[in-house]
Amino acid sequence: MPKRTDIKKIMVIGSGPIIIGQAAEFDYSGTQACLALREEGYEVVLINSNPATIMTDKHIADKVYIEPITLDFVKRVLVKEHPDAIIPTLGGQTGLNMAVELDASGILNQLDIEILGTRLESINQAEDREEFKKLMAKLGEPTPASLTAHTYKEAEDFTQEVGFPVIIRPAFTMGGTGGGIAHNIEELNTIVKRGLKASPATEVLIEQSIFGYKEIEFEVMRDANDSTLAVCNMENFDPVGVHTGDSIVFSPIQTLTDAEVQMMRDASLRIIRALKIEGGCNVQLAIDTKTSNYVVIEVNPRVSRSSALASKATGYPIAKFAAKIAVGMDMDEIKNSITNKTYAQFEPALDYVVCKIPRWPFDKFSKADRTIGTQMKATGEVMALGRNIEESIQKAVRSLEIEQDDLLMDVLKERNIEELKAYVTVPKDDRLFYLAELIRREVQLEEIQELTKINVFYLAKMRNIIEFENVLRTETLNADIVLKAKKLGYSDKTIGNLSGQSEATIRQFRKQEELTPIYKIVDTCAGEFEAETPYFYSTYETENESKQESDKSIIILGSGPIRIGQGIEFDYSTVHSIKAIQELGYKAIVVNNNPETVSTDFSVADKLYFEPLTLEDVLNICDVEKPMGVIVQFGGQTSINLAEDLEKNGVNILGTTVEDINRAEDRDSFDKIIKKLKIPQPQGGTATSFEEAKKIAAKIGYPVLIRPSYVLGGRAMEILKHEGELEQYMTEAVHVSRNRPVLIDQYLTGRECEVDALSDGTDVLIPGIMDHIERSGVHSGDSMAVYPSQNISDNVKEQIIVTTNLLAKELNCVGIMNIQFVIFDDKAYVIEVNPRSSRTVPFLSKVTGIYMARIATKLIMGENFDTLGLTPGIAPESKLVHVKNPTFSFSKLNEVDSVLGPEMKSTGEVMGTGIDYTEALYKAFEASKQPIEDSGNVLITVNDADKEEALELARRFKEVGYRVLGTRGTAEYFNNRGVKTRAVPKVGQTEEDIIYYITHNKVQILVNTMGNNRDHTSDGYIIRQNAIQSSVPLYTSLDTADAILRVLERRFISVNPI
Amino acid sequence: MNRFLILADGTVFKGKAFGADTETIGELVFTTGMSGYQETITDQSYNGQIINFTAPMIGNYGIAKKFNESEKPTAKGVLAREITEVVGNYQSEQTLDAYLKEEGIPGIYDIDTRAITLKIRNAGDMKAVIVNSPDADLVKQMPEWNLDKEQLKDSFRYKVEVFEAIGKHVVLLDFGFKQSIVRHLNTRGLKVTCVPGNYSFEQIKELRPEGILLSNGPGNPQDHEDVLETIRELQKNYPVFGICMGHQLLSLANGADTFKMKFGHRGFNHPVRHLDTGKIYFTSQNHGYAVRKESLENTDLEITQIEINDETVEGVQHKKYQSFSVQYHPDATPGPHDSDFMFDHFLELLINK
Ligand SMILES: Nc1ncnc2c1ncn2[C@@H]1O[C@H](COP(=O)(O)OP(=O)(O)O)[C@@H](O)[C@H]1O
Ligand SMILES: Nc1ncnc2c1ncn2[C@@H]1O[C@H](COP(=O)(O)OP(=O)(O)O)[C@@H](O)[C@H]1O
Ligand SMILES: [Mg+2]
Ligand SMILES: [Mg+2]
Repeated sequence: MPKRTDIKKIMVIGSGPIIIGQAAEFDYSGTQACLALREEGYEVVLINSNPATIMTDKHIADKVYIEPITLDFVKRVLVKEHPDAIIPTLGGQTGLNMAVELDASGILNQLDIEILGTRLESINQAEDREEFKKLMAKLGEPTPASLTAHTYKEAEDFTQEVGFPVIIRPAFTMGGTGGGIAHNIEELNTIVKRGLKASPATEVLIEQSIFGYKEIEFEVMRDANDSTLAVCNMENFDPVGVHTGDSIVFSPIQTLTDAEVQMMRDASLRIIRALKIEGGCNVQLAIDTKTSNYVVIEVNPRVSRSSALASKATGYPIAKFAAKIAVGMDMDEIKNSITNKTYAQFEPALDYVVCKIPRWPFDKFSKADRTIGTQMKATGEVMALGRNIEESIQKAVRSLEIEQDDLLMDVLKERNIEELKAYVTVPKDDRLFYLAELIRREVQLEEIQELTKINVFYLAKMRNIIEFENVLRTETLNADIVLKAKKLGYSDKTIGNLSGQSEATIRQFRKQEELTPIYKIVDTCAGEFEAETPYFYSTYETENESKQESDKSIIILGSGPIRIGQGIEFDYSTVHSIKAIQELGYKAIVVNNNPETVSTDFSVADKLYFEPLTLEDVLNICDVEKPMGVIVQFGGQTSINLAEDLEKNGVNILGTTVEDINRAEDRDSFDKIIKKLKIPQPQGGTATSFEEAKKIAAKIGYPVLIRPSYVLGGRAMEILKHEGELEQYMTEAVHVSRNRPVLIDQYLTGRECEVDALSDGTDVLIPGIMDHIERSGVHSGDSMAVYPSQNISDNVKEQIIVTTNLLAKELNCVGIMNIQFVIFDDKAYVIEVNPRSSRTVPFLSKVTGIYMARIATKLIMGENFDTLGLTPGIAPESKLVHVKNPTFSFSKLNEVDSVLGPEMKSTGEVMGTGIDYTEALYKAFEASKQPIEDSGNVLITVNDADKEEALELARRFKEVGYRVLGTRGTAEYFNNRGVKTRAVPKVGQTEEDIIYYITHNKVQILVNTMGNNRDHTSDGYIIRQNAIQSSVPLYTSLDTADAILRVLERRFISVNPI
Repeated sequence: MNRFLILADGTVFKGKAFGADTETIGELVFTTGMSGYQETITDQSYNGQIINFTAPMIGNYGIAKKFNESEKPTAKGVLAREITEVVGNYQSEQTLDAYLKEEGIPGIYDIDTRAITLKIRNAGDMKAVIVNSPDADLVKQMPEWNLDKEQLKDSFRYKVEVFEAIGKHVVLLDFGFKQSIVRHLNTRGLKVTCVPGNYSFEQIKELRPEGILLSNGPGNPQDHEDVLETIRELQKNYPVFGICMGHQLLSLANGADTFKMKFGHRGFNHPVRHLDTGKIYFTSQNHGYAVRKESLENTDLEITQIEINDETVEGVQHKKYQSFSVQYHPDATPGPHDSDFMFDHFLELLINK
């Protein structure tokens, strides 16, 4: 049926901040959907609390509300906007849950608002584990034996019956929050109790384990006419037991017969029909590889991470079509924008193999528990396309940016076979490389399959790669060998490493032999129809389908997989850069490897190359496209790091020159600039041994800030308070050597703030200053921040502006740069300069209305402030106050200390906007789902240095009606100073110790600044872990506690006797 | 060992040899199905054809007898981007390579199958040879070669075979049938007697059928002139269900016309709309000829189903008799099972008769 005309205004619910399990993919699908609805003429109202998204840009919807996605706030927007309908299926689990809540609240009924896409009953049937099991039973679809438990006792009885291990899954949570596998009664106890707590419905599903089956996913669609189709199927490399989000995945299914594939396709279609979904749906199944019997694992009645992957893997835009179906259109009425010959009613046929590998945060969290299981831990993923498994797997590996260019992990050479075997038995993030090493040692593939339940088919493909290592090592390279290596996905770099030559030599040899990659189109139809999709991947074959796009093209490098420290913000900037290039009349060509993002939507740029972001892969594209230049300022560290080598190979880097980029990034030359310009900077030095470090630290005085110079992004960065800690750090945390020095800086405690500056080479524009709420020492990405600044004096502001101007000019900045300051004794010290777009760009762009990435791109392309009609200097401040609040995913990452420090740990952010600072703070807390109770117990446990300051906070907590609890030392300190505090026993001191308080709902706010990052036996660590597991709001900085108090103080209503 | 695919227009593709060590000549076609290479290769409709698989890797789950659609494949060759040696499925009995060797079918792998597909898409299905050297004799024979009737006869079984079941009796006219059709009838309790396609009406009648199935098969439907009269007789007396070739023959028998398509439909993702309900189903297809739409205008057949992209006639229904047919394979295998209800429809006709 044609689209509905009785509906005019539709509200779309976004997915909120990025957390593990719910990430950038919802920006991609949400953006697509909003645009699709507008294309059909609907008025779109969007609510999403995440400012780092393209989706929340003004032009994506008619009205964009960056407000908390809580019942209270969504209701307010509904009342204000009176939409005719809402679509809850595009905002991940958050969107679905919100729809359920809205309905329960009665508001939808009151305002006659219809839910489009998926009916509420269907959401319940899919999400409520018990309802789901009932539906499956009715359809005759097999599921593992299970029980829905509301108490621990029920869970235990069931487990006695089916036996260990069992899987525990809380209802209505995403990414497996609070779930896990129990192998024994102790584990059962912990996981069930945790799960009951995590589930909004206090409900967990206990399920018989089907570990070791093969896990399969189908992405299916249905329209109101009951036509259905399967867009894509995917096969997990890792067996059931590893969350699909944490599994390496191939598409299409490789190792199953047609009968098996069709059997599961049938099941998936039966399910979407039974649920009467109008839109897309994700079905997860498992198949016993010895009998072909299958079971259904779960169904997500909405677009999902997998649907984003499927869209990129096939070229079929699921979210876009789902949105059109939701407003009543049938799939045979929606033209496929790729082929323009087919319709949405089409099942893509792939003539390539897709490999997805998750990106985990364990490079940052070296102490974390690296095992992967039923609860997702990855923050992002990469995708690679190739014409065989070998090629796609190798391309994916080098896209990951984990300092691992190929399957060869050098340190494993020292491990013996038994160690390696033991390691691969338990799934971990880096298992792939251990598997490779076992294969290299010629362990039988069948044995590895036995240990890991990974199909020999894949192991044999890995063996094809590994066996060729020896050829490359021993034989003299010729064209034939190099071509073979290329068909196995080898990079020039690895070929060079193995054959003892440089990457450049291999490249030269290849070019001389005319061994260059060709590019094939992703066309949804395996070549059957002519397609004009501008979506390409490389391979080594005969026919090249990519011609130079234009002699006026610009290549923009993306930022690769989402990881802590380099998140969706960089994709945001990339997309804006693309748009600016197009506005100027050039062709924009983007290179990226992240399937979750907007930038890899093939309708965004003029041309998309889905390729690894390495020197070789980018150069190859340059060879075909011969662009006017390459823009590296928006893809974070990923693209900046490529600049120098690209230039050496004759590529024109646009904007700030490579030389100047290096001057900003290289510590020594940067120090020289700072000295020359007489800019205040914390004292520091470089040490290559403990002795040297000791001397430097003694000279500048403790505390010091230390970090290895060879890692990126503040990794392993710590604040050390005395020599003892320095010694420990130097011996335990880093391997220092001549070429791997550590950097030591004076640690200045003060306010931190940062600016992003635009420059045309002559003038400088500063859109705004971000004023951080937590003092320096908390990574800028982890601290709350406010704009306009609330606490910076005019004098300091002036210093910041002057310094920014000086640096921008000295570095000949053309485009954008970011500077971070610490304010100490009323002086603005520069702690870091990034010659590129930063994490704060989307936030500041939105709140100032100065779209920085767009403007920067135009400056890079030769425009100036004059021609763009902009006035340099500092932009006038906004009237509204905006607070950024980071969000964390600690509940997903066992053994990562949640204490905030100079190393970044957050995965996402929200924004709260208010008429004043306190209102903005309030919303920022609400939006990050840290609702603050009006009263209750605040437990304060702080180290000595913080006690004085904490006392004041304790006093304020009392004023607003909180009861103060403290550990012995803290309590004593407070009591002695007139703040009545109840002492809580230390960890393990009695049965009802501090942990008991935390886990038994006796603590509503926890303020904890004890212990450091590395000591996992300290009480501070144990307390924090328990708070995270029990979802008790935890603050490890006194400044955050102060912010909370501001909100509480505002909300406090006094009651007085007469 | 290197091997070459040489097209009638002179284009040469180089790859590596697998399968039987012979040279071959045939009509080059491509199929876009992503699974089911064994079912495809053993489908008699591929008689005389060199099959170019757009799925880049085949052989992944090996070969198992139970997936054969016929006993002796008559396809002429197999082209794949890559073939797999170590298979990943417990059901496998041998590798694809070993199987093709056994069946005498040559193959080429490590060849740019997408380039070949685009070539055919633009130029249409064309003759080609698989040879071990570019100047093999076979190359010169190409212009004269034609997929002749004689050769198609390899696809027929020339015998009466009975597949027992307790229910109604269907006689299947064999034009190169796929085993899965029989399976579908059998699972609905229908007894099936397969007879040569050129059996006379009298011979068929003697078998006391309650319904007739016109099977799929290779070649040009117009070469089966001799059976059209029989079909006309049959539809007066029994419910008739035509599949693929059977569909074309039913159409021809009722006065419609057929034509050779540019590059046919081969794959699993052709969406077909049922005109009565408006519903759309994905179908498994494998045909190079089709029924000319306009030619149906003055016949007793009405169009019931069409492909939504190019509007190919996918189904017809006789206005007076209980005969109907579909261009695709409701028996799937390989491919989606969406349309197996067409067999239920046939079953209903038999029961209600
Ligand atoms: N019964 C089971 N036995 C073993 N592993 C399971 C079982 N059910 C699910 N899993 C594993 O747990 C993962 C997460 O479960 P799932 O129900 O898909 O939750 P989520 O909502 O987190 O995706 C699955 O991807 C699968 O690998
Ligand atoms: N000299 C210093 N004194 C106090 N805090 C500092 C100092 N240098 C860095 N920091 C803190 O460490 C955090 C990370 O340092 P930074 O140099 O910005 O590294 P990154 O590359 O991770 O952004 C900063 O946000 C700040 O809070
Ligand atoms: Mg799941
Ligand atoms: Mg920083």
